[in-house]
Amino acid sequence: MLKDSANELLNTKAPVNQMRVLRDAKYSSFDKELWKEMVAMGWTALTIPESYNGLDFGYVGLGQIIEETGKTLSKSPLLSSILLGSSVLRLADNEDLKKTFFPGIMEGTIQFALALQEGKHHQVDNFKTTVKRSGEGFVINGHKNFIIDGATANHFIVVANSDRGLGFFLVAANTPGITISKDILLDAGTYGDVHFKEVYIPKNYQLNIKIKGEELLNSLLSIAYSGLSAEMLGIIQQAFDMTIKYLKERQQFGVVIGTYQALQHRAAKLFGEIELCKSIVLKSLQALDENSEERFKYAHLAKAKLGKTVKLVTNEAIQMHGGIGVTDDADIGFYIKRARVVQQLFGDYNYHLDCLATMKGY
Amino acid sequence: MQIENEVAVSDFRMETRSWLKANCPKSMCKSIKDPFDLYWGGRNAKFNSEDQKIWYERMLERRWIVPYWETKYGGGGLTPEENNILTQEMTRLGCRKPLYSFGIAMLGPALLKFATEEQKLHYLPEIVEGKIWWCQGYSEPNAGSDLASLQTKAIDKGDYYEVTGSKVWTSYADKSDWIFCLVRTDFEATKHNGISFMLIDMASEGVSTRPIKLISGKSPFCETFFDTVKVPKANLIGNLNEGWTIAKYLLTHERQMIGGIGETDTRKNVHEVALENLAIQNGKIADSILRTEITHFETDEEIFDLTIQRITDEAKTGNNSGALSSFFKLYGTELNVTRQELLIAVNGSDGLIWEENEKSDGDLARKFCRSKGNTIEGGTSEIQLNIISKLILGLPTK
Repeated sequence: MLKDSANELLNTKAPVNQMRVLRDAKYSSFDKELWKEMVAMGWTALTIPESYNGLDFGYVGLGQIIEETGKTLSKSPLLSSILLGSSVLRLADNEDLKKTFFPGIMEGTIQFALALQEGKHHQVDNFKTTVKRSGEGFVINGHKNFIIDGATANHFIVVANSDRGLGFFLVAANTPGITISKDILLDAGTYGDVHFKEVYIPKNYQLNIKIKGEELLNSLLSIAYSGLSAEMLGIIQQAFDMTIKYLKERQQFGVVIGTYQALQHRAAKLFGEIELCKSIVLKSLQALDENSEERFKYAHLAKAKLGKTVKLVTNEAIQMHGGIGVTDDADIGFYIKRARVVQQLFGDYNYHLDCLATMKGY
Repeated sequence: MQIENEVAVSDFRMETRSWLKANCPKSMCKSIKDPFDLYWGGRNAKFNSEDQKIWYERMLERRWIVPYWETKYGGGGLTPEENNILTQEMTRLGCRKPLYSFGIAMLGPALLKFATEEQKLHYLPEIVEGKIWWCQGYSEPNAGSDLASLQTKAIDKGDYYEVTGSKVWTSYADKSDWIFCLVRTDFEATKHNGISFMLIDMASEGVSTRPIKLISGKSPFCETFFDTVKVPKANLIGNLNEGWTIAKYLLTHERQMIGGIGETDTRKNVHEVALENLAIQNGKIADSILRTEITHFETDEEIFDLTIQRITDEAKTGNNSGALSSFFKLYGTELNVTRQELLIAVNGSDGLIWEENEKSDGDLARKFCRSKGNTIEGGTSEIQLNIISKLILGLPTK
């Protein structure tokens, strides 16, 4: 089973301690050996169609793997390149680019980073980044930030406004005019803050030819929201398990603290919320694979519910660990740090709740 | 093998669907406003419409009153998968249950697990035929959450037991024909080990009832009094002093019933009611706090429904803990309490109307009050949290 093999690989090759090691090595982005193993396991090919030699296994499968990376906080280009970048390529209708780049995606040598956000908060329109015709190609001008793996990717996918509407544009990271700064966030991750100044790309580097940019964006967002929810589910389950374990071990006042009813009830309430999280993550991933009309709704439901719950669970986890919970030595702190970033990526609970209400007409 | 099964399954679904369409009267597909829109059976049974009678008789003939019980007990002998299909098809069309009975939902499963064959053959077919209206005698004034401390006594008088004591919260006791009752048969043993499970005829001499009025008005709840009531020894279910095991088993079924598993839900969404009652500004409900609370609630409501489906599916593969019924009861009731709070908030002053007039039937205010009992009856939320902590999470007791 995909999930079990992922669990095994990650626990042996990239347990949470690896996250600490990478951080301490000047915020190293990911372990290259681990990435090779992920490629060898076929994880990079899971959502690529068979016609491009992919496994076409779908998002339920990819989601299960992402969930497992949430448990061990294993770092890799899976999110940036596979969940996001590869999905944009698949959803787009530029055959040449698909043929050119899918092989490298699967081999792990091509790494995409999606450049969407401009500013402090998730947005899906009002982009200021522009793309204008210039000679045989286009010229990009603008500023994007909060780019996952923005400092290590070899290509950006930039969402920008052209004179023909919203578009997705591929650009090599070493193209002249690109200035990359790093934001190192509390999850020890490096995020790109990128300025594009008169960056030239060939005409054929627009990913959406006939497909409207808004349509591609909506589909991509439902994938992003659902995939990140899967990671939050992994974080939630691991933080919860660690907490229950601690409640059963820690003694004070001559008893195991897990015997205190107040703590038992708080833990039992979390149990219920976690059961709901499992349901909506599964449903949203299934809806992606079924290409159902409801996938947009389920994606919002997932990011909303998981955002709220991961905040609750990680806060409770720290609190119930007592003093140890706030030390760097203990691993539990890594979970709340990562949780906070994933909540913020692509909109938190409040953002998605607003989307849901608007979708339902109120 | 697999393909054959799939064809048989879809055949059954199609057959079921067309039979239901042809045989379930339209009025039996309308949503239920009152528990008495359903048929409860009993010695003094009266159908409240010709349609209700037709529906009951047709389902009885098809053996679908309790489709999943064995045919020798009056059931339809359907497999769990077939029963699931039937339930889905009935939900799809909005078909009401032809007979609603605590005998089906609670006593039946307990008898199937703990009664003798003779007892099963005696009581189960009667339940299916709607001949007996059953009620549950568990809680006592001094034994609520601590049910095992119950004191209603059953003294061994040789060829019968003599029962004396009182029960509280007995739903429909004043309308019921028989009661399944927890009694104490050993006062020396520790509290859990002196309890027996007995069936008592409500028409017996010495049995009396008194209805309980709630903050919401009239309720089905009653106090039930036993004054030296004679109960034949054959009415003991399971072994003497081993009734607590039966009690606990039955409680998980009660929790599922209250959690609302598999019930048709044709109520309006809270946001739909909100749109009818609140000011709108720029296409959004102007009260942003209420807008958020409604969305938060509907998110949990929708995902809870998905969770019922997921866990039910997982139960088929045997991946299930009986203690999960505590989670369903807890979460479902807390959701309903929130729903009622939101409906009152959204309806403003009209939502508070108690005595029916042109503006309101008073239903909302009464439902609001009644809902406060949901998180208490069938095991309080606190008790459910205890069960989840200990039986699912394995947290220790002192």
